[in-house]
Amino acid sequence: MSDFTRALAANVRQNRGFFGALILLSVLYITYNFMHPRGFSTAVLVQNANEVVAIAFVAMAQTLPVLLGGLDLSVGAVMTLAACIASELVHGSPAQIMLGMVITLMSGAAFGLMNGLIIVYGRLQPIIATLATGAIAMGLALFIRPNPGGNVDSDLNWAMTNSLWDFVDTYKLFDPDAGWFQPLAWIPVPFIFLFGIAAATWIPFRRSVTGRTVYAIGSSEGAAFMSGLPLNRAKIAAFTLGGFFAACGGLYLAIQTSSGNADITQAGTYTLNSIAAVVLGGTSLMGGVGSAIGSLVGALILRVISFYFRIVSIDPLLQPLVEGIVLLAAVSLGAIRTLRVKNRLDLFR
Amino acid sequence: MQSLFSRISPDSRPSVIASGFIVVILLVGTVYTLMTQGTAPLLSPNYMLQQLQTGAFLGIVAAGMMMVILLGHIDLSIPWTLTAAAMMATTVGGDLAIPTAIGVGVAVGLANGIGVAYLRIPSMIFTLGIDSVLRGLMVAHTGGFAPPDQATPLMRFLAADKVLGIPVAIFVWALVSVVIAFILKRTSFGRSVYATGNREAAAYLSGINTRWVIIGAFVISGVCAALAGVLLAGYSAKAYQGMGNAFLLPSIAAVVLGGTRILGGQGSYTGTIIGVVLIVLLNSVLSIMQMPEAGRQVIYGSVIVGMLLVYGRGQKVVS
Repeated sequence: MSDFTRALAANVRQNRGFFGALILLSVLYITYNFMHPRGFSTAVLVQNANEVVAIAFVAMAQTLPVLLGGLDLSVGAVMTLAACIASELVHGSPAQIMLGMVITLMSGAAFGLMNGLIIVYGRLQPIIATLATGAIAMGLALFIRPNPGGNVDSDLNWAMTNSLWDFVDTYKLFDPDAGWFQPLAWIPVPFIFLFGIAAATWIPFRRSVTGRTVYAIGSSEGAAFMSGLPLNRAKIAAFTLGGFFAACGGLYLAIQTSSGNADITQAGTYTLNSIAAVVLGGTSLMGGVGSAIGSLVGALILRVISFYFRIVSIDPLLQPLVEGIVLLAAVSLGAIRTLRVKNRLDLFR
Repeated sequence: MQSLFSRISPDSRPSVIASGFIVVILLVGTVYTLMTQGTAPLLSPNYMLQQLQTGAFLGIVAAGMMMVILLGHIDLSIPWTLTAAAMMATTVGGDLAIPTAIGVGVAVGLANGIGVAYLRIPSMIFTLGIDSVLRGLMVAHTGGFAPPDQATPLMRFLAADKVLGIPVAIFVWALVSVVIAFILKRTSFGRSVYATGNREAAAYLSGINTRWVIIGAFVISGVCAALAGVLLAGYSAKAYQGMGNAFLLPSIAAVVLGGTRILGGQGSYTGTIIGVVLIVLLNSVLSIMQMPEAGRQVIYGSVIVGMLLVYGRGQKVVS
């Protein structure tokens, strides 16, 4: 066995949850495309891509607090706040649009920073502190947008929610029918936005001392402290990055729907689904194990399951029940761990 | 002042501070109504009783939630346990309505407890799954609409009638409170809840059947949610979709503001009652001030953070 395959095998062993989720996603999505009358087409892929971006970002936002061993109940609210801000600012000249997007993302990051500061210097439990700051974020969102609506640049809406061909065509970057461009033209822009931001922020973060410290805190905070790791900096950075991811989801949601809507129920649904996505993606709720990329995959799984309802003839009234049972079954897979435990004391971590 | 503060035992400090805050809320609200209308409705006994009547629903939910939080777990299935119990009660109707609802609560609690205690799935995610299954069941059962069935006369009596000028719902809350306080203080099960919440491994080694303790706490939580569902359906004469959504986060907030540690093992039931009263009064003062929803949410969140910063701070990590 070469070094590469050995390293790969070790990687798979260490990230069983993640690779399991990846395989599950592939099987589910390929089967879906076989069953879909217009499967394996750009149209289907683009439509699906649009529906997964927001929840995927919120799931990534949730991952960081979970890696720390906590939970962030404000991610859905921060996403909603960002969407409301974007629905006010993202229109006008190209410079104004850019500025609006930057302000949207910065405000999400700033809210995450506030969460981090309260949790670190106030020494509060993340779950309860974010329960309260989530209410504050919802209040601000309602303040900005008391009624649903908004104004988002329509070119941007079209360019961001279609394939790369349409993006190039909308902004007249170059001839979209050029021969060299054809192998890339089918890629949905939402995927580029999602995977681009995920790769550009998560991979450097994970490799930094701060990122490593996040994992160390989740495994054992005491040991991390004794090793002289920068605990406070890591926690604050984790919540800030979480706020940034949530704002990315909100920005995309605003661009996609051309509006903002400060809907408390919707924010709550996103928060709860993000927890489910994090677990499906192989991140341990105990902290210290998992990755934002895993949560991204987990969010895709959740969404693909709901795609099935469109092609399988199932009573619409039974859909929520099937969704619930699938979710419950998926999280119950975690129970396999208990069968492997030899000493019952190991159960009580 | 400092010496007075330090003489209060650390355990009851949250209750004292929260009570003080209740007084502040009442004062602010009364000053506001005196200035705008020249009356002080907040201080009239009738108004108080009316507030406590609506507070009773939250109080009963929070009582059950507290049992679970004391274990260091959480019950996110409250919204649809409450709704499912109310819907089944109105569907069955007659004398069996309330026993049916309680049965739903017990069944949900058992399912939650088995998932958390035997399958060892984190309660956060397992109860969330149970919640969505219940939602699915109820959507399939009702077709996604409010069921047409009416609440039974007994349910209406418990929720909306008055005896001796005092709403019956307050008596129900008082009864639940006495039972919960008795369980926590005077039974071995109650002491086991605290022990398990502090350190489950130690509780197990000292001979406590921690699995049964966990299941018991979740059953109590389910029954409390079901009872609140019965009352709420009686109060509004029927059950409706999403009737439980408004109770989940406030019940957690009430328990925590009352001084119960979110990680488990510590907290008094008196504190939870004070927490419920605080949240109910805060809401009613904000609605008297005709605060728009945006301002309410911000104030609500800031109050929780502010109060926790005063007394809910954790220990510094030192090893």
